[in-house]
Amino acid sequence: MTPPELAVQEATAERAVRRVVNDLCIQVATVNGSGSQTANLVLLRALFQMGIPVSGKNLFPSNIAGLPTWFTIRASRHGYIGRKKEIDVLVAMNLETAREDVLAMEPGSVVLYDETFKLNAVRDDLIFYPVPFDRLVAPVCPDAKLRKLVRNMIYDGVLARLLGIDLAYMDKALTRQLAKKAKALTLNQAALGAGFEFAATSLEKRDPFVVEPMGATAGKILVEGNAAAAIGAMMAGVTVVTWYPITPSSSVCETLTTYMRKYRMDKDTGKATFAIVQAEDELSALGMALGAGWMGARSMTATSGPGISLMSEFTGLGYYAEIPTVIFDVQRVGPSTGLPTRTAQGDILSTALLSHGDTRHPMYLPCSVSEVYEMAIDAFDLAERLQTPVFVMSDLDLGMNTWMSDPFRYPDKPLDRGKRLTTDKLAELGDWGRYKDVDGDGIPYRTTPGDGLPVYFCRGSGHNEHGQYSERAADYVANIDRINRKFQTARALMPPAVVDAVQGARIGIIGYGTSHWGILESRDQLRLEAGVESSYLRLRAFPFGPEVADFVAAHDRVYVVEQNRDGQMAGLLKLDLDATLLHRLRSVLHYDGMPLDARTVTNEILTQEGR
Amino acid sequence: MTMTTSATPAPGKKVNRIGLELSAYRGGKSTLCAGCGHNAISERIVEAFYEMGVDSRRVIKLSGIGCSSKSPAYFLGQSHGFNSVHGRMPSVATGAMLANTDVTAIGVSGDGDTGAIGLGQFAHLMRRNVPMIYIVENNGCYGLTKGQLSPTADIGSTLKNGVVNDLPAIDLCALAIELGASFVARSFSGDKKQMASLLKAAIAHRGTAMLDIISPCVTFNDHEGSTKSYSYVKDHEEPLEEISFVPFFEDITVDYEPGTVRQVSLHDGSTVFLKKLAGDYDPTNKATARRVIYESAARGEFATGLIYVEPSRPDFLTLLNVIDQPLASLPTEKVRPSREVLEAIMDSLR
Repeated sequence: MTPPELAVQEATAERAVRRVVNDLCIQVATVNGSGSQTANLVLLRALFQMGIPVSGKNLFPSNIAGLPTWFTIRASRHGYIGRKKEIDVLVAMNLETAREDVLAMEPGSVVLYDETFKLNAVRDDLIFYPVPFDRLVAPVCPDAKLRKLVRNMIYDGVLARLLGIDLAYMDKALTRQLAKKAKALTLNQAALGAGFEFAATSLEKRDPFVVEPMGATAGKILVEGNAAAAIGAMMAGVTVVTWYPITPSSSVCETLTTYMRKYRMDKDTGKATFAIVQAEDELSALGMALGAGWMGARSMTATSGPGISLMSEFTGLGYYAEIPTVIFDVQRVGPSTGLPTRTAQGDILSTALLSHGDTRHPMYLPCSVSEVYEMAIDAFDLAERLQTPVFVMSDLDLGMNTWMSDPFRYPDKPLDRGKRLTTDKLAELGDWGRYKDVDGDGIPYRTTPGDGLPVYFCRGSGHNEHGQYSERAADYVANIDRINRKFQTARALMPPAVVDAVQGARIGIIGYGTSHWGILESRDQLRLEAGVESSYLRLRAFPFGPEVADFVAAHDRVYVVEQNRDGQMAGLLKLDLDATLLHRLRSVLHYDGMPLDARTVTNEILTQEGR
Repeated sequence: MTMTTSATPAPGKKVNRIGLELSAYRGGKSTLCAGCGHNAISERIVEAFYEMGVDSRRVIKLSGIGCSSKSPAYFLGQSHGFNSVHGRMPSVATGAMLANTDVTAIGVSGDGDTGAIGLGQFAHLMRRNVPMIYIVENNGCYGLTKGQLSPTADIGSTLKNGVVNDLPAIDLCALAIELGASFVARSFSGDKKQMASLLKAAIAHRGTAMLDIISPCVTFNDHEGSTKSYSYVKDHEEPLEEISFVPFFEDITVDYEPGTVRQVSLHDGSTVFLKKLAGDYDPTNKATARRVIYESAARGEFATGLIYVEPSRPDFLTLLNVIDQPLASLPTEKVRPSREVLEAIMDSLR
């Protein structure tokens, strides 16, 4: 999506007199486990149904209940769906964080709060809307035990009135959410109405933020990245799924299970065309996936950083024994347990070179829900084509947050099962060797147990081109060089980078994954606020294609934007690029666990440019 | 390595029911030490698969790391083999069987590979009841790294250099029974007859067949201080029963006295006959099985034979209700949902 124009942040003074239409960021601060998710998603979906581009980001703690959590909804008439740091409307429902949240706001922004918190005493440069939640919820929810859940819907009602959302949109979104829970639906509808009525009769609108229908979301979908990955894996024809629960990747396999049970199970017999196994740990998860891949099944697992660490040994086996499988890595903040529920791009370098010895692994780098869907499908084809583990590098921001997208395209190409030996090919080859480079692309022909074709011994120890155990130096070098040739073949099989070369731009930006959305908005800020033109290259895969070196060579300074401390992708680029280009690379790094925002990129590039 | 199997034997050669000679079941030349118990086990595997008439091209053989894990290279040379990583063969075998149940799987592991680094995966293989034969070639020491203690070394046994094992041994049979294994047996690599019968029963069993085979290490653990030396085991072995296996495709012989056998039916219709030495031993009784292990261990003896069997326990693939056709060979139209399905999913996200 290319934004049509810059989202100009209105100056504080202008806010009071201007209408700010379809351009705001709402943040709801609640307590984890208080049932606010329904209210937040209803609000998000109502805006979406009005045709306003939206995105939803959930900032949640690594616990079940009781700690602070925030949900941010960004509505942007410009189509920006990355994170915006500045909050325009705060809904303060958690006393523990309310004061700190209010102190962090820009002057002139809005606070809707539980009147008992008395937040209007904290500052005098904000617009405060006190709401008597307890008094409003009591009459609409006679059962005191349910009030905690229902009272959240009151802020939806208040916001609907203040922002100008037709209650019909809210009601439609609420009905969609609670269609199968009649009692809950009725109670929440009543709470929604009570909040709306209260705002209409008791609050005077003093802020500039309004929303209006705009028709920019027709036909689009709202989906989380992990669900998109799951749909892609199913459409790719995955048959063996083995996994171990870990935040933030669990919903890949959980959602996949739901879809597979619905669409890949015989309704009469209950027989499944798949096996999904929750393993005892990540080691087993990948071991099972490799066992299935060796047998010829399309297999996968999903994990995050700590799981990637545990999968190191098996990844090396898959690489050296040349076994296809697909690994989804939904990255979170490390090292160690790190921040389990915050986002990062911190597994790039470790995954690219995972395991010991000389190993390199193909990685897909999706930036959007539609791309993770398509790359999920492609990854299974590539794994079988290259006969090696293939990684899809998502992250928590993409995987667990709600994104707007065009609907996914049905895959028209048949499954690519790679170089499977056939009887005819065997006759043509004569002396088949499991690890012979017949075609010069480094990719050998394989047989699978039970296919009736010649057998071989699959092993992670040294072997010659016939798969026989060998400690001979010449055999080792020939084999490891051939596998590297296969990796080079991957350059042509994986998606090239997307390049937006701007005539006359002296600086280039390289980004990947979810950093894309902040970069997209930042380039507009650089151009409109500072007059700095930039070209942009978005990496979509490792290994890199030749266009990457061309891009670096064409610019004086190239900023590699990424979400880790050490510039991991910049490091990979330095391993790959000609030494004469390396001095052009600079890093823009963001690693506090929050999704990357445009302002951070803009400020850092301008600083490094001396502006 | 190109290998083909001829189903047409040379004239006059003895063949099995699918027309193959014994040589078709052999593997490469062993590089293990001369006299290693593991070689004897490989021989019994060769014989068992030959006698059962299993098409070795439809067998997969898997292992982890260690002396024992080298041995799949020395039997069933016409089978696909997989030498994985240390202790992690069970997961690879599980994944393989998820993909294709039309093959017979045999895994070979060692006491370190199973009882130490691989204990977690061993545990879950047993509780899942993955259909495969799982052999532990148990010598109570690490052979390939030159003789360190393993977790099945008995308390008080010593290394060659005099180091004494102060920790209790893990009894893998007791553990397997505790974890829900459906077929648990123990034997001795020198006991040809018992091992052959147990292996044939294991081939017919539908579920995980765990065989813990005491296999003395001739190089590092065959000395006076070891409780897994040849001399110690020969002196302390206590056979539970005399066992023979009668495949369903051959006539039952008359070698077994009807009055002294116990019959256990297996999934494929074949039958194990157990000749009881202890009059009240019941291998289908979990409590009895546990007691036999503990009591024999207390006496410093090995109870050998089919210690526990639960033929009716459903195997893992049955529990998963997977389609009969191997998942690995399903065509696109069976694994990719229709365009309409994708559209329905998209509609649900609007």
